[in-house]
Amino acid sequence: MASLISLSKVTKTYRLDGGVEVQALRGIDLKIKEKEFVSIIGPSGSGKSTLMHIIGILDSPSTGLVELEGKNVGKLPEEKLAELRNKHIGFVFQAFNLLPRTSALDNVELPLIYSGVSATERIRRAEEALKIVGLAERMNHTPAQLSGGQQQRVAIARALITKPSLILADEPTGNLDSKAGDEIVSLLKELNAKGNTIVLVTHELEIAKKAKRIVQMKDGVIISDKKI
Amino acid sequence: MIPTGEILKLSIQSLLRNKTRSLLTMLGIIIGVSAVILLVSIGQGLQSYITNQFESLGTNVVMVLPGKFGAGGGVATTAHSVFVSKLSLNDVERISKLGSPIEMVGASIESTSNVSYAGKSRYTTIGGFSAEYLKMMNLSAASGRVYTDADDRVSKNVVDLGQTLAPKLFGSGNPLGKSVTIGGQKFRVIGVLNKFGSSGFGVDTNEFAIMPLTTAQKLFGLKSVQSIGVKAKDKDSIPVVINMVKKELGKRLKDDEFSVVDSSNLLQTINQVLSVLTLALGGIAAISLLVGGVGIMNIMLVSVTERTREVGLRKAVGAKPKDILYQFLIEAIVLSLGGGLIGVIIGSLGAWGLSNFIETTVTWWSILLSFGVSALIGIIFGVAPAARASKLNPIEALKYE
Ligand SMILES: Nc1ncnc2c1ncn2[C@@H]1O[C@H](COP(=O)(O)OP(=O)(O)O)[C@@H](O)[C@H]1O
Ligand SMILES: [Mg+2]
Repeated sequence: MASLISLSKVTKTYRLDGGVEVQALRGIDLKIKEKEFVSIIGPSGSGKSTLMHIIGILDSPSTGLVELEGKNVGKLPEEKLAELRNKHIGFVFQAFNLLPRTSALDNVELPLIYSGVSATERIRRAEEALKIVGLAERMNHTPAQLSGGQQQRVAIARALITKPSLILADEPTGNLDSKAGDEIVSLLKELNAKGNTIVLVTHELEIAKKAKRIVQMKDGVIISDKKI
Repeated sequence: MIPTGEILKLSIQSLLRNKTRSLLTMLGIIIGVSAVILLVSIGQGLQSYITNQFESLGTNVVMVLPGKFGAGGGVATTAHSVFVSKLSLNDVERISKLGSPIEMVGASIESTSNVSYAGKSRYTTIGGFSAEYLKMMNLSAASGRVYTDADDRVSKNVVDLGQTLAPKLFGSGNPLGKSVTIGGQKFRVIGVLNKFGSSGFGVDTNEFAIMPLTTAQKLFGLKSVQSIGVKAKDKDSIPVVINMVKKELGKRLKDDEFSVVDSSNLLQTINQVLSVLTLALGGIAAISLLVGGVGIMNIMLVSVTERTREVGLRKAVGAKPKDILYQFLIEAIVLSLGGGLIGVIIGSLGAWGLSNFIETTVTWWSILLSFGVSALIGIIFGVAPAARASKLNPIEALKYE
């Protein structure tokens, strides 16, 4: 089967103000296929987030090739990348990143505004997505009225709503207690069972083990890549 | 690009999330726009009041006023002219003898005094008009009669009350035949006048009393008259009439002791004064709008900084730089237009409230101008913050604390 996303010889170098260079990624080769559940694990600073941003075409590599569904995205203008992100990628962040004072429903429908979907259709699909993550009863709650675990569920519903090819979760349990964290990982597992492709970034081995494939990183390189 | 309607909805939603702040941000524009609406309405009201007053004398009328009109002293001269006027009834006589194309010559004086009846008293305008002057002003009685030339010749102590003065002194009672006291003398009320002129600037134009010119001269101890109205046969003969009157009066009076003006050059002078006034007031309003615009820019910059994470997130889920640009730009425009709308409402209400005291006219052009300027301010002062937001790097924006 063709890869959903493919990275070859990807590097990322940050140049700090003083002229010092930080090599966050130094030659990454990684292919992710449809319906996979991959976890990326490694110590803090090993380049996990940087890698995830490149996979999600939110950032571009310093050198190397990134292909989404076989298409090189390296030379595309920002407008086009935004369109591709909207269509193919769903992000889940450690800090939830929900709009404050905005209902769960309005938060979830957000990506569809940028796909040009009509308001009634947006609401219908946002309700459906909230049902999937088990928050059908909390649609009109604002983030402040929800627990951390519930907020992360809203964020997952938001990632799901465009029916993306790939859901990227960067330390989604980092701000949660272990019980709520376990529930989020179980939810991601469920979603994968239903056919969603998921990349889960974490620094906890216990959590990484829930995936079907573990990619281990250190100092900007992949040191192991195992199927379980 | 997402549709403008959607962006508008987004912008209004985020403004409503910060209601107090949005309102405070609009304050500068609100004050500026209500000032524009109010000031222009007062200026326009003043202009149409003066125009109406002059036109109440009828068309083709040339006025003889004491002093030098227009130069230096300007309009103000006429206010005190009753004390310095060198014009007399003799002048009126001589002008009427000039004949064609002069049709009619009338004279007037005006002063203020208490008018009282049975313990009720009003301090009001007293007009002393000759019978011809009455005709030129088109004054007529609603009940009773208006005094005549015969009353004027014998300086009879009779008075006609303005439409709104009568009920203030007599309530619902009949004033005809009753005696009122004016300046210590008794006057018999012989008529109540029909409504006259437009609503007034600062005064009720129908709260006044009139009496024969010579009666008023005796009452106020004057030998002079305050103004002479000369009616020309038609519009084309006005210049001829002006020359005839100037020549005749020049025989007896010095050049700077009288002026002969017609409605067009009087209105021109008044309009000049008023447009300078309107311009000055408009300048003040423009400054407050500018301050309002800077206020909007300031708050929008704060808002962009505060919402850095929101911008990052929107970009991550597929917003294009243009979507972000328009969202913040439209937010600024909605703020300034909203301020403009509230300002128009407050300004119009203010003008409406003031119309109880002075004449105000809210004009369409001032409302359209206010909206246009508000929108422009939103665009000019909203572009920089919106551009800043649209250029934010999504990854850094998402990490922003
Ligand atoms: N914007 C940046 N500028 C400079 N250095 C950065 C920037 N982002 C990340 N880095 C550096 O790149 C390395 C990898 O960071 P990151 O991908 O966030 O690691 P992880 O997510 O595994 O903790 C770190 O050394 C970090 O300091
Ligand atoms: Mg990280």
